[in-house]
Amino acid sequence: MPIVSPGFSGRRRSPDAQLPPGQYLAEDFPVLTAGPTPRITTDRWQFTVSTEAGQRHDWSWQQLIELPAEKITTDIHCVTKWSKLGTRWKGVSLDVLLEDVETAADYALVQSYGGYTTNLPLEDLLDGQAWIAYRYDDEELTPEHGGPARLLVPHLYFWKSAKWVRGIQLLLEDEPGFWESAGYHDYGDPWREQRYQGD
Amino acid sequence: MSDDHAGGHVDGNALAGDLREIFAVDLTAATGQCSACGYKGSVATLRVYRNAPGTVARCPHCEEVVLRLVRGRDRAWLDLRGTVSLEIPLS
Repeated sequence: MPIVSPGFSGRRRSPDAQLPPGQYLAEDFPVLTAGPTPRITTDRWQFTVSTEAGQRHDWSWQQLIELPAEKITTDIHCVTKWSKLGTRWKGVSLDVLLEDVETAADYALVQSYGGYTTNLPLEDLLDGQAWIAYRYDDEELTPEHGGPARLLVPHLYFWKSAKWVRGIQLLLEDEPGFWESAGYHDYGDPWREQRYQGD
Repeated sequence: MSDDHAGGHVDGNALAGDLREIFAVDLTAATGQCSACGYKGSVATLRVYRNAPGTVARCPHCEEVVLRLVRGRDRAWLDLRGTVSLEIPLS
């Protein structure tokens, strides 16, 4: 993002050009929830990756925040049609968390405190595409937005960026999550407008 | 009346319109049984979360999901795996 103001004669880039089909620009940050907001304190928080062979890899809150973190500025796109541009996060890349995990899995089922799940191909969590985010806009991530930590996988519709994340199960077969088993698209690419099954 | 509660949900009467689009009878008067805890109560007593990609109704006793309803462009998906049965009064 340019620091220099374009001034009166400058032409701002149209937000429409940055929006996937069918989306509108939101200035606020809507809170969507399918149930009561879990209140997970960081001393009770744990993140677990389990493999198809039954191996577990656990991280406490302290272990998570001691890992190398990245600052991420990204656009996010909710399937309910709002998009928010240039959101700023801090978190740990899944590349770091999965670095020492041996697996032959092709799929991941993300699990949250409170029971929410969402599925995606494992390759969509790798190569700088996904993070466990714990700060938003230079502040701690609030429970309403998924704190203490949420998955951030912004190239897919935002229901894939599971709030209150507590683990990832690595699987050989795809297993649909909470919304994917109730009509929503298995993959959810906003640029191909993959909202519902069959899109 | 389906007033907003502090917990972000409304009562099951909020399901009336969406369910009437699919079923011929008013299902909010039906008695459902929760698969998770066995609680029996009318659909109108469920806790309904609508500020989401779909409508989610939870058991007022154990808060497990008993009903999910997603409205697509020309289709609806109704997931009732959290419900053992629905007892529907017929006149």
